[in-house]
Amino acid sequence: MEHLRLNGAYWGLTTLDVLGKLGAVDQDKVVSWIMQCQHESGGFGGNIGHDPHVLYTLSAIQVLALFDKIDVLDVEKVANYIASLQNEDGSFAGDIWGEVDTRFSYIAICSLALLHRLDKINVEKAVNYIVSCKNSDGGFGCTPGAESHAGQIFCCVGALAITGSLHHVDKDLLGWWLCERQVKSGGLNGRPEKLPDVENGGISDRPDDAVDVFHTYFGVAGLSLLEYPGLKAIDPAYALPVDVVNRIFLGK
Amino acid sequence: MHGIPRKALTEEEQGASSLKSAKLRDLQSQVLHFHHNKIYTEEAIEISAKLLESNPEHYTGWNYRKLAVQYRLDRRSEDGVDSESIQSILDEELRVVENALKKNFKSYGAWHHRKWVLSKGHSSTDRELRLLSKFQKLDSRNFHAWNYRRFITALKKIPDEEELQYTTDMIYDNFSNYSAWHNRSVLLSNLMEKGGKQYDKENVLGEEYEFVRNALFTDPDDQSGWFYHLWLLDQTLKQEPVFLSSWPPNGSNLYLSLDGRLKGQQSLPILHFQSKARKFPLVLYFSEAVEGVSSSTVTVEYQDGDSLLWTPLSANNFGFSQAWLTYLKFPDEVPSSEALPVKVTIAHFPGITSSKGMPCSQSCHISFSVCVTSDDQEHSEVQSSHRISWKEENFKARATQSLEANLLHSFSKLEITKENKPSTPKWSMEIISTEIAHCRELLSSTNCKIGKLTLARLLMAHKTLISYGIPDDGTEVHYEDILALYQDLMKMDPAHICYYEDGYTLVLLKQLTSNIESLLKHCDRYQESSSPSTNPYLCVRLNGLSLSRIGSTEHLLWVQMLDLSHNELRSIEGLETLQLLSCLKLSHNRLCSFTSLEPLKKLKYLEVLDISHNEIGAHSIDTRRYLCSSPLTHAVGGDWYFQKFVDGDVKLNNHWDAYLLFKDLNLVQLEMIGNAVGDERFKAFLLKLMPELKWLDGEKCR
Repeated sequence: MEHLRLNGAYWGLTTLDVLGKLGAVDQDKVVSWIMQCQHESGGFGGNIGHDPHVLYTLSAIQVLALFDKIDVLDVEKVANYIASLQNEDGSFAGDIWGEVDTRFSYIAICSLALLHRLDKINVEKAVNYIVSCKNSDGGFGCTPGAESHAGQIFCCVGALAITGSLHHVDKDLLGWWLCERQVKSGGLNGRPEKLPDVENGGISDRPDDAVDVFHTYFGVAGLSLLEYPGLKAIDPAYALPVDVVNRIFLGK
Repeated sequence: MHGIPRKALTEEEQGASSLKSAKLRDLQSQVLHFHHNKIYTEEAIEISAKLLESNPEHYTGWNYRKLAVQYRLDRRSEDGVDSESIQSILDEELRVVENALKKNFKSYGAWHHRKWVLSKGHSSTDRELRLLSKFQKLDSRNFHAWNYRRFITALKKIPDEEELQYTTDMIYDNFSNYSAWHNRSVLLSNLMEKGGKQYDKENVLGEEYEFVRNALFTDPDDQSGWFYHLWLLDQTLKQEPVFLSSWPPNGSNLYLSLDGRLKGQQSLPILHFQSKARKFPLVLYFSEAVEGVSSSTVTVEYQDGDSLLWTPLSANNFGFSQAWLTYLKFPDEVPSSEALPVKVTIAHFPGITSSKGMPCSQSCHISFSVCVTSDDQEHSEVQSSHRISWKEENFKARATQSLEANLLHSFSKLEITKENKPSTPKWSMEIISTEIAHCRELLSSTNCKIGKLTLARLLMAHKTLISYGIPDDGTEVHYEDILALYQDLMKMDPAHICYYEDGYTLVLLKQLTSNIESLLKHCDRYQESSSPSTNPYLCVRLNGLSLSRIGSTEHLLWVQMLDLSHNELRSIEGLETLQLLSCLKLSHNRLCSFTSLEPLKKLKYLEVLDISHNEIGAHSIDTRRYLCSSPLTHAVGGDWYFQKFVDGDVKLNNHWDAYLLFKDLNLVQLEMIGNAVGDERFKAFLLKLMPELKWLDGEKCR
């Protein structure tokens, strides 16, 4: 999955930081590679030569945040690229080809918040669109009317958290639905009656499946949130270590 | 990696695998080359198909193909439009998508490409539905397929009724189809909203309860049916917001003073309000969060009728709240010879709406009166220089015949006239009772946790409907039964014990505040023995009840002194509505952070706070960080002077949450010993933040 490399960089590097081992990485090399992934539109592609998409733009910003190097960006340019993808109804497209999904709402909001440029979008409309994707089980789907799914829920709740709009969430109901994702083995599935992704050992999606950086990241992040000793605290809304988020928002 | 087993590859397998990777990399670099150089020859496009059919995640490849399609369509229209050619170009795309989906039917890129092609027209509804059928047979939960189905039905304007039948078929095929049930709820919501006799709410809900009952009785442990049942319950109980209570209470006479001195028979503290600022709060409490409370929807007839500013008492300062606050000025004439009447008319229609969109269409009135005690001449030293010790010996139970008891009794009678009764239809009570009976029947043969939880919810709903004035239909519902259900659930399902503790707490608080006798058992008079000249408080004591959260505050708006110590509180959401709170004890609870104390920022009269023996600072993760206003939630304005305040002291950098909390509190006394924060530097920080603070952890601090 070479083209998703920028995502992989984010997963891998954030994991390292949570484990306290980010110092082992050649920061300049990574930053220079990231900047090569930037397209003339301001957005980032998954790897050098790939088309821009918000998915990779957020990863780029997040990795730069880890290294406290957001200032290498032309912040205006990146922010404008993201803001240009907001639709009339408040939703966001992933790129110029128009796919709409609440994942992209989260990405836009998270990216712009990290860049201190949330004012470039209509936050109220963005929030209203996310709320329109809320379901009767308390969860959220990718578009209005879509079934609740744990991944989408993370995105929607994260976006609502960042914009101070968590009062739209029925915390008890959603909390219960999310707790129901835990199955007997201890793992968590994404939706009712689906198979769980289990955090285990070197970390794959479930025991006996191959490990990969994606699941390793989520496993370590999960352990951090459960206050597993020896891990840095991770912020659940920006999906970055708490000290990185505090540095960005609460000042040095 | 999903579906790829973890095992070491043999040498042969490794060889084959790296050959495959090399081939793939080659295809990828070719496609990127074509893309950057805008090469759209037949061979190039065919190569991109090879790439995408084996690697549907290659999103740039799909973009390339879109550009290729546009290029070919543009070229065709230059040469003259030939519909069949356009059709063949688009069909080719659909074929590639189908092959890609065979490789990975969850590929976002593939599904989106198909939608993009469909948006160009020239497509066949039947073909799409047949494709969907195929995929949904393979995996009836594939949410990409369900989303695509919604896309097609919208594009081709397939009526909701047809789609409803489709969900019926899917459900009959397999009851455990959460996706089908979910879709059904979306379709029925639309149909009921559109109106029409066939989709009248009462009929629809009646039929649907029967329909889902089959699923529930067939497999009680399957969640799908139960979540649908929850949606039905939600629809059944959806009603207009109702005004519940106020402070000052309806029919009361309030004594106002500047300095807290009570005179003679006016010695009942719960009727007395003191404020140097010469204003008193007016709080309105609704059955659910509403917006739109303002001087145009609520009229207050009092003195010269200034335009009042109403603010929502919600933690995040957002437009919706159950409790709303304004301030009224003390009567101008001092001393007032007569009590001044105040009449409040609530809910001029239109205006007040619930967060679910239901308007408050019924208006009601409350009246009370105020007078000012004439103590200006004897301006003695204010009583705030003594310390509240919370010692057990200072508390004395109140008798049922006491003055306070009578007062509380009158507070609890909210006079809503007959025409102000809520508009919930009778059939909702019938449905609830029927469902209670069915649920009990099911639980008599299976011990099913969701069933038990549903029964608890149904029983509470029954009680709530009665409290809103729907006549009791004879179904027996006792709070004890509901509490027992939650206790069962805690034993059956310990993984979710916190959820059930919360449910239990809310029912317990409802039971406790449901009548005067039970509430009175928790009301003690508090008199500080070391300073007998100070006024006594009526303290509500809810300590030691294993409470995990706050509830039923509509009955407690009058409370000035509250003991919530020795409970399991992780959150104090709801306390912001108790505007009169002046002394609050939260010691020996499970509060984990300063952010969890955010509701206290709304309590303008809070002077004495005990948060000792909690867990503040003991956790690496602050789970309430996003439930309060801060720069993280973009909810803090220009008053964020934290850096200036901390003045370069790096050790205090982590206390931004304490800064946010305490800068808005005017505490005189604070106890916080027994938490994981609180060294000397931190205490100095607090003293700087709260210039009024006189007592910290039992010691005089100035």
